[in-house]
Amino acid sequence: MLGAFSTNHLFYLLNGLLWTVVLSALAFVLGGIAGFFVMLARVSRFRWLRRTALVYIQIVQGTPLLIQMFLLYFGLGVFGIAVPPLVAAGLGMMVYSSSYLGEIWRGAVESIAKTQFEAAECLGLTRWQALRDVILPQALKIATPPTVGFLVQLVKNTSLASVVGFLELTRAAQVINNSLFQPFLVFGFAALFYFCVCYPLSVWSRSLERKLNAGRR
Amino acid sequence: MPAAVRLTNVVKRFGALEVLKGVSFEINTGEVVALIGQSGSGKSTALRCINRLEAIQDGSIEACGHRVEDPKLDLRALRRDIGMVFQSYNLFPHMTVAQNIMLALRRVKNMPKDQAYEIAEQVLANVGLSEKIDNYPEQLSGGQQQRVAIARSLAMRPKVMLFDEVTSALDPKLTGEVLRVMEDLARGGMTMIVVTHEMGFAKRAANRVIYMHTGKVWETGGSDILSNPQTPELKEFMAEEL
Amino acid sequence: MQYQFDFGALVPYWKDFLSGALTTIEIALFSVIIGMGIGVACAIARRSNLTILRGIVGVYIETVRNTPFIVQIFFIFFGLSSIGFRLPIIAASVFAMVINVGAYTAEIVRAGMDSIHPSQIEAAEALGLSRFQIYRDIILLPAIERVYPSLSSQFILMMLSTSICSQISAEELTGVANNIQSNTFRSLETYFVVALIYIAITYLMRAAFFGLGLIAFPRRRRLGLGL
Repeated sequence: MLGAFSTNHLFYLLNGLLWTVVLSALAFVLGGIAGFFVMLARVSRFRWLRRTALVYIQIVQGTPLLIQMFLLYFGLGVFGIAVPPLVAAGLGMMVYSSSYLGEIWRGAVESIAKTQFEAAECLGLTRWQALRDVILPQALKIATPPTVGFLVQLVKNTSLASVVGFLELTRAAQVINNSLFQPFLVFGFAALFYFCVCYPLSVWSRSLERKLNAGRR
Repeated sequence: MPAAVRLTNVVKRFGALEVLKGVSFEINTGEVVALIGQSGSGKSTALRCINRLEAIQDGSIEACGHRVEDPKLDLRALRRDIGMVFQSYNLFPHMTVAQNIMLALRRVKNMPKDQAYEIAEQVLANVGLSEKIDNYPEQLSGGQQQRVAIARSLAMRPKVMLFDEVTSALDPKLTGEVLRVMEDLARGGMTMIVVTHEMGFAKRAANRVIYMHTGKVWETGGSDILSNPQTPELKEFMAEEL
Repeated sequence: MQYQFDFGALVPYWKDFLSGALTTIEIALFSVIIGMGIGVACAIARRSNLTILRGIVGVYIETVRNTPFIVQIFFIFFGLSSIGFRLPIIAASVFAMVINVGAYTAEIVRAGMDSIHPSQIEAAEALGLSRFQIYRDIILLPAIERVYPSLSSQFILMMLSTSICSQISAEELTGVANNIQSNTFRSLETYFVVALIYIAITYLMRAAFFGLGLIAFPRRRRLGLGL
């Protein structure tokens, strides 16, 4: 049985893993930038901005990622834009990341006591300066463990890009399985590769969390 | 009359640290004994060994006829006879005062609900908190919570009651109500071992005082040793306490 | 823009939308109930004194939490098929979901149990309660109450991931949507409607959890605390 699964197949899977990592990085960076603005909107002084961001988040977090990808894939298609799978997947994951990262970062910012804001403003700093010089540096430390934790979710969710045809690890495994018909072996290897990427990140996130709590006392 | 509680050469270690270095004392039925000493003297540890919250490495403990250090000891039978009240009240926050008191009665003594409720009413009246029977712990003050904790232990009708610094975590204003309940218990004839820093309580209510120092029984006697300490360590301790 | 929206084309399929939604809820409900049971059992196992038990359960939890659900469901469904166990699709979906949910729930519940202060357990021991009684009366309910918001969020996320079951041809909401859009060629409208239905289901679940919380935690109800 193992004879049919050759090193060529293994390399095919590894290639898929590479694209998984690429998509994850893309989604994290782009989603992170968008998420930063989502966070700003959520803590803004303007009620309409806060409301809009909230609705955005509730919609994105209230629908399956798969449906979001379909909407983008077919949606952009009907407007005449030919969407390669990477773009559809990337866009879908970017929207998804922006909402979750936005919420995580909002939580971190809001956990910095109001008094810090007041102290900064008493010194004459503008709201934006207070945010940039006082709040954000502190929020960064608090936000890091859950952000790393989210990265694990992100990598796992790139597996859904396979459904819109993007050739990442899960799709690669499907392709191989369709010719070899050895699902335990093929998907087993795929799971192993995902595990090798995600588990270290999970461990890192937990250790960051512990260090943060120890420092807080 | 056989002693209610007897410790003989008890040795207790936490890893490499020896906290009890051969402790021996006896408590008779109906006696109220105050166990005093600095933090680290081993007094709380000795108390916790009596109802097997801590296991000893050497020596023996006999309590209400149970051999506490015996690994085959029926723990639940031991704890039916010995009640314990802690420094942080340990009331169960998700249960009302009544439910807190009834829990052990129903689970350990298999009492039916209404019988357990009656006992809860009785013991709450003993500590003066009848009207709080359906409240949740967070609605009570620290002193009230501690009195409920005492009532909860009392409901099990123990033969001996252990008190581990039960007023140390309370606001000074609230210690009085708890100490009054304890003095009532003492007058009622309950056998009590009280680890405490409240020297006033020790003078008023204790038949005997045991002073512990560096894991050993250093000096014992009636409550007069508090005003007339014999050993220099106890002299120094009393001077600091005032 | 040449595209003409035509939601009318979807109307004849209203029964399919409904059936898809019900299947999604059905899968989610079974998975929550069974998954919760497994989660609690695993949480208790993770706190046991037996190193082997802790280790086995730990491997299970870490494996599930660090691999994607779609790979898990393919592994289970196609894997079992390849050795002759052709499970009915809904059963396979629930099976895969339960394994997935159990692992996440276990971690959440364990965090809740660990947050019960040891002095509570000591007080219960001093009263003579047995280990089993302590778990049942002192640890379990307060632990679940503490992590209730996390648990509800997790279960709602899980309901959303039932959409992945469409990939093994389950006729839940996403699967139904795929069928309808391939018949009508109205993909945008179909997925839009389905997105709205999912959002509606999340509100339904939130309301259900709120109500359940009021029933299960009488203290919060009486003291007027939020959930």
